[in-house]
Amino acid sequence: MGKILMKGNEAIAEAAIRAGCLNYFGYPITPQSEVAEYLSRRMPEVGGVFLQGESEVAVSYMLFGASACGARVFTTSSSPGISLMGEGISYIAGAQCPAVFVNIMRGGPGLGGILPSQSDYFQATKGGGHGDYRLLVMAPASVQEAVEMIMLAFPLAEKYRNPVMLLGDGLIGQMMEPVEFPDHLNSEPTNKDEWATNGMDTRGSNKRNLVKSLFLDAGKLNEHNLMLKAKYDRMKREEIRYELYNIESDYKTLIVSYGTMSRVCKTAIDNMKDEGLEVGMVRPQTLFPFPEKAIYEAASKESCKIVVSIEMSMGQMVEDVERSVKGKLLVRWYGKCGGDVPTPEEVIEAVKSFNKGA
Amino acid sequence: MGKTFAKPEALSDLHTHYCPGCTHGIIHRLIAEVIDELGIKGRTVGIAPVGCAVLVYNYLTLDFQEAAHGRAPAMATGMKRVRPDLIVFTYQGDGDLASIGMGEIIHAANRGEKFTTIFVNNAVYGMTGGQMAPTTMPGQRTTTSPFGRKVEECGMPIKMAELLSALETPGYITRQSVIKPKYIVRAKKAIKKAFQYQLEGRCFSLVEVISTCPTNWGLTPVQAIKWAEETMLPYYKLGEFKTPD
Repeated sequence: MGKILMKGNEAIAEAAIRAGCLNYFGYPITPQSEVAEYLSRRMPEVGGVFLQGESEVAVSYMLFGASACGARVFTTSSSPGISLMGEGISYIAGAQCPAVFVNIMRGGPGLGGILPSQSDYFQATKGGGHGDYRLLVMAPASVQEAVEMIMLAFPLAEKYRNPVMLLGDGLIGQMMEPVEFPDHLNSEPTNKDEWATNGMDTRGSNKRNLVKSLFLDAGKLNEHNLMLKAKYDRMKREEIRYELYNIESDYKTLIVSYGTMSRVCKTAIDNMKDEGLEVGMVRPQTLFPFPEKAIYEAASKESCKIVVSIEMSMGQMVEDVERSVKGKLLVRWYGKCGGDVPTPEEVIEAVKSFNKGA
Repeated sequence: MGKTFAKPEALSDLHTHYCPGCTHGIIHRLIAEVIDELGIKGRTVGIAPVGCAVLVYNYLTLDFQEAAHGRAPAMATGMKRVRPDLIVFTYQGDGDLASIGMGEIIHAANRGEKFTTIFVNNAVYGMTGGQMAPTTMPGQRTTTSPFGRKVEECGMPIKMAELLSALETPGYITRQSVIKPKYIVRAKKAIKKAFQYQLEGRCFSLVEVISTCPTNWGLTPVQAIKWAEETMLPYYKLGEFKTPD
């Protein structure tokens, strides 16, 4: 199959089907409603399940119920909707069920706006729901990458029995780009008979399965949390993904940026190169686990004097960048968060002004 | 002579954690008997509520999932949509179903989701220690209505069976009780019918069960039965409110 021009939201929907996920529950919210619209037509064609739930809260539990009985399942929403799903996400993580959540971010807080933003970084990587849990968070920078990450998201959710989140800004969902779909995944969720409540007859077993997150005994809950932590630690060892840009140059400034913002930064870096100003970039593709080591190493380069986190938020990822740089260099933030994506010129101006101070 | 009475297979040997005079144990047993009689243990999945009955999975030896407060109908929806061949039931109390989970139950019922809900109404929040529920009777004292439920502030108790029956979508909606043997016999028939409708893929089914909570009512088990009969039953009328036939 060759390249076709497709809107990000629709490409995400189609990619999920190709990843073998034939179950979608959703609730309309701008700027991602095209996913539900597309799947309401497409799921019946492939014999899948499409259901529009009564709220994002209910949808998150529809995912929980479907996942708990061993089905591959996903939903998509945008910032305020993901807040409502936070409760269900916590339960799903606590009960160790695989599920994929897509957040096509819009500006907040509150109703905020409907234009693109990256202001749910904290929500995605630091919590969102209650308790000690983590999501594996992937951040695509193009429609093509969104498709590839969706194909990865389901096997990863099943590998860790944990929710995976695809965190895209509104532009990823709304823009049209050429996209090439990988082959269909043939894998099935593995080992589900060991834990899923798919019925004893289905498993041919007399042993019943329980999907739960309640541990009234302090020692047992602690043990459960230690086991969850071990999974998150394993993600940190095995799942970190990032891209390096212009990293061979003798850059004075290192940018850390992700998603659509990183593409603007690439243009800015190219333009600055033409002017003789070298700037390197680390683009996290996973936000949790975070590429701390890659950033530390890039910041450790002799020529590097300053690190700038450029985000479509009021400075959220910058805290992880600071943590990664470990005080070695000054870390600054530049960004906008009303829905306007900073232009390459604005990025260049910010980098130059930080350079003066460095 | 063969065995004429035995513990249902779907029921475990454990002693329950329920208080003396609590009727959860009776309802658990009725569900277990129905599951045995229908021969569906191997394809049934229960969804436990938040409340005293969260540990129902200790007593019913089936696949079980634990829901968040009020969300069991959404979980059951997810399950039934992806695995229509499984028999799914939610077990929910009145705080769970009639308060925080009102949205989930109404919409699941209105979509005609093919699962069964056992709705235990004892007019109070049990596990959290006896707070007022949407089903608490007028004047009833609870830890959050120490002067009795004031109707002018809190409205009248919600009659869930009647409310759900008002939906146009076909369903099986009934209210039963387990406070007397004669009611128990009828309640079991209703629970069986509810599961049968699900087995036939007919409709959403809900059995509301008027129950007692002596501990949180501040009554002895005997007084609690009397109170339920004299206070709850005249308001919460027993019977079938809706059938899909």
